[in-house]
Amino acid sequence: MAKVTIDGIEIEVPDGTTILQAARMIGPSVAPPAMCFYTKLKTSGGYCRTCLVEVTKGSDKDPRPMPKLVISCRTTVMDGMVVTNQLSPRVLDARAGIVEFLLLNHPLDCPICDQAGECHLQDLSYENGNYTTRTDFERRTFEKIDIGDFIQLHMTRCILCYRCVKVAEQITDGRVHGVLNRGDLSEISTYIKEAIDNDFSGNMIDVCPVGALTDKTFRFKSRVWFTKPVDAHRDCDKCSGKVVLWYKGEEVLRVTGRKDEWGEVDEFICNTCRFEKKHTADWSIEGVRNISRHSVISANKYKNLVKPNEFHLNDIKAITE
Amino acid sequence: MERKLLFKNIDVPGIATYDVYRANGGYASAEKALKTMTPEAVVEEVKKSGLRGRGGAGFPTGMKWSFLARPEGVPRYLVCNADESEPGTFKDRYLMEHIPHLLIEGMLTSSYALGAKTSYIYVRGEFFYIIRILEKAIAEAYKNGWLGKNIQGTGFDHDIYVHPGAGAYICGEETALLESLEGKRGNPRIKPPFPAVKGLYDCPTVVNNVETIAAVVPIVNDGGEEYCKIGIGKSTGTKLISASGHIKKPGVYEIELGVPVEEFIYSDHFCGGMLTDRKLKAVVAGGSSVPILPADLILKTTNGEPRLMTYESLADGGFATGTMLGSGGFIVMDTSASVVYNLYTFTRFYHHESCGQCSPCREGTAWMEKILHKILDGHGTMTDIDLLWDIQRKIEGNTICPLGDAAAWPVASAIRHFRPEFEEFISKQAKQEVNHNNQHQPLAVTS
Amino acid sequence: MLFSDKTEALMRQIMRRYPEGRHKSALLPLLHIAQAESDGWLSVPVMDRVAEILSIQPIEVYEVATFYSMFQLKPVGKCLIEVCRTSSCWLRGANDIVAHIEQKLGIKNGETTPDGKFTLRTVECLGSCGTAPMLQIGEKYYEDLTFEKVDQILEENKNRDNHSTYLSKTTFQNHE
Repeated sequence: MAKVTIDGIEIEVPDGTTILQAARMIGPSVAPPAMCFYTKLKTSGGYCRTCLVEVTKGSDKDPRPMPKLVISCRTTVMDGMVVTNQLSPRVLDARAGIVEFLLLNHPLDCPICDQAGECHLQDLSYENGNYTTRTDFERRTFEKIDIGDFIQLHMTRCILCYRCVKVAEQITDGRVHGVLNRGDLSEISTYIKEAIDNDFSGNMIDVCPVGALTDKTFRFKSRVWFTKPVDAHRDCDKCSGKVVLWYKGEEVLRVTGRKDEWGEVDEFICNTCRFEKKHTADWSIEGVRNISRHSVISANKYKNLVKPNEFHLNDIKAITE
Repeated sequence: MERKLLFKNIDVPGIATYDVYRANGGYASAEKALKTMTPEAVVEEVKKSGLRGRGGAGFPTGMKWSFLARPEGVPRYLVCNADESEPGTFKDRYLMEHIPHLLIEGMLTSSYALGAKTSYIYVRGEFFYIIRILEKAIAEAYKNGWLGKNIQGTGFDHDIYVHPGAGAYICGEETALLESLEGKRGNPRIKPPFPAVKGLYDCPTVVNNVETIAAVVPIVNDGGEEYCKIGIGKSTGTKLISASGHIKKPGVYEIELGVPVEEFIYSDHFCGGMLTDRKLKAVVAGGSSVPILPADLILKTTNGEPRLMTYESLADGGFATGTMLGSGGFIVMDTSASVVYNLYTFTRFYHHESCGQCSPCREGTAWMEKILHKILDGHGTMTDIDLLWDIQRKIEGNTICPLGDAAAWPVASAIRHFRPEFEEFISKQAKQEVNHNNQHQPLAVTS
Repeated sequence: MLFSDKTEALMRQIMRRYPEGRHKSALLPLLHIAQAESDGWLSVPVMDRVAEILSIQPIEVYEVATFYSMFQLKPVGKCLIEVCRTSSCWLRGANDIVAHIEQKLGIKNGETTPDGKFTLRTVECLGSCGTAPMLQIGEKYYEDLTFEKVDQILEENKNRDNHSTYLSKTTFQNHE
């Protein structure tokens, strides 16, 4: 076991735990944002650099601070390590820089993006970004390619987190897409006109932190916050069959995996469950899914759940007015 | 002072062939090591020599070798980094072209020390004629019993293969090189683990620069202590310097570390002085990545001491007033050169060569190039200078590999030391006033 | 057959330079060989055949081929001229060399002459800074360029039969 202190909060974690995992164990208040790391995908992480943290003490054995900021998703804790995240001006400054880089060529087309409302880049920008832009150059565009009937690719929104490539590599049989070209011209593509089509390809949608890969069967059907998530399951011979159904009225608009509070799915689901079972009759309903009150998806759904003691009187006034 | 260890015989006619190389004392180090020394003793000599990596980072080679993990039953590899692509640097090409057997001998001796049965020379793709030269030399080495099974009857087996790159500066970064050698995109790996533990094919691997491996030959021949006597302090031995730009005699020079910069530029033994009667304006002393210094700072440190060609002296003053020896790519500029345009060529270079894996480098390098291009086009504003400064600051230290730093430092140093030139350039909307040499191309066509 | 027996034999020989199960390592040399065999560029069928030879997915070849700047993914002229223009070459007049070639050939950087004889592209540092300005055609480096030298190079390459290639017959030798 190793004792590590993150933003002044101490926790004991098993050896080999990463700083990010340790911070998540403490809770959302100290957990660094992660755009490319995904617990269930091997070798993920390290690319986006949003989870950079400052190590002010390496360990009890070697208390020297680490000279550079380190990526919390791929750095394992040492006994006695002291880490600062939200409390480090250096980290916040660097992270604001990363957000700016990620948004530099982002189309900012949230009003027409299906991911809006559950987009990690939106959250990241809101929490760590600036309100103004310092670039007036034309934003990068790509030749549009069609990758099949189920998945819509918007390359302009992609932040190159490599998660979808790792999904294709690790949970589908035979990868047909990858990252092509180099530098800022890198893009997710199949190179030749080919549909990405196999039993688990739909998981690329769930792991995508932005609106680069969205569900074509859900395209432009509704804003996510107007739909109601319901836990459901079915007997499936390919996957666990445990999903979330997103309802609008009586209609199931889309099916996704069940995501935890870090936005990562509990289990990957198959394309049959995701794309072909769009009727309530296909499923055993478990009940309304609990979602964080901080999520925009909770808007319009959980009324009267605000606990008064969490707010100052003024806030309550503001809400009631 | 001129001091030749690696280039001792470089002028001997036919030295690129095995027979002439052997007749001039070639393969003596391999013979000595394989027949009379234990691998540990060879590592010890390299440690004693104080040799530091000649690829740019200057990390002590003996220490790097001693980090190599040696688990039972797992092969170990030596990989030679001949992906020489740092603008201003062409020493490895020169060495491999003129005296290829020196590298092969160094590879053999080093592999013996490291216990590597197979080694690869990763040569940048553009150097295909060098690959042809190396292949021929390797064939000669096999024929004469210096490679293959039971080398010279010592029981040591070794194979060397040449591996061509295909145009990617990033593959000079050791883990990107290993990825490329495994047939993948040249994306640097996230460290740890380091190659010494998990390198090529997940096996313990040492990656060394061409010049570093070649230097092992004189070190084993004469002993580490002898090598250590050359140079000053922790900058021991000789260094190949690639000199280019506005000088009379561009070329590769082997110098004893410690030569004053002034002597290197103006002496007839070396660069032979400035190309024309225009004066020295600035020097990039160690390849494009290192900070550019104006004439006064490159010739003398802020203490008024003469600046020497050593790791320490060039770094004196930190990044505020110093620079780095780097890979020894010494680019000299006279007063006709525009620092602004030169910086543009560097930012274009780093933009073109960024692998695109991590966001600060991918986006930041492209952004910096665009801003400089805008400035050159006459549309720059004063705030662009501060913006450039801020972008480089946010790239530096925050990337997976050192390419981010390498892209940031030239920008930082150019602004630090030549800010008035940027301001003048922008305020004059200098488009029409720049000389013909500074005319620029449309925005880089990346392919 | 996309490649001759001799070429495929060379490819197999190169593959044996890497340990069993690690033949993907041979991807870069194989693509170079394939490109030299295929009029200086890599078409999808050519890349697919390389994938087949190495027993890897085609996408693994596309990813790599699009990463490295020496692989051409579109047809190029018989003579591919690559001019360096990074710092040292620029200091010694590379931009003038590019302008001169553009004017001589009547094309811009990145274009191919209508007769398909020449393609001009500017590249980043080719490691020949001491002999700047310079350009590369296939394997060959042309250094210390002047306008006269450039004219002569263009003249020499005007009527070539084969595409310029980085590989020559003696590039790789058999050490087995």
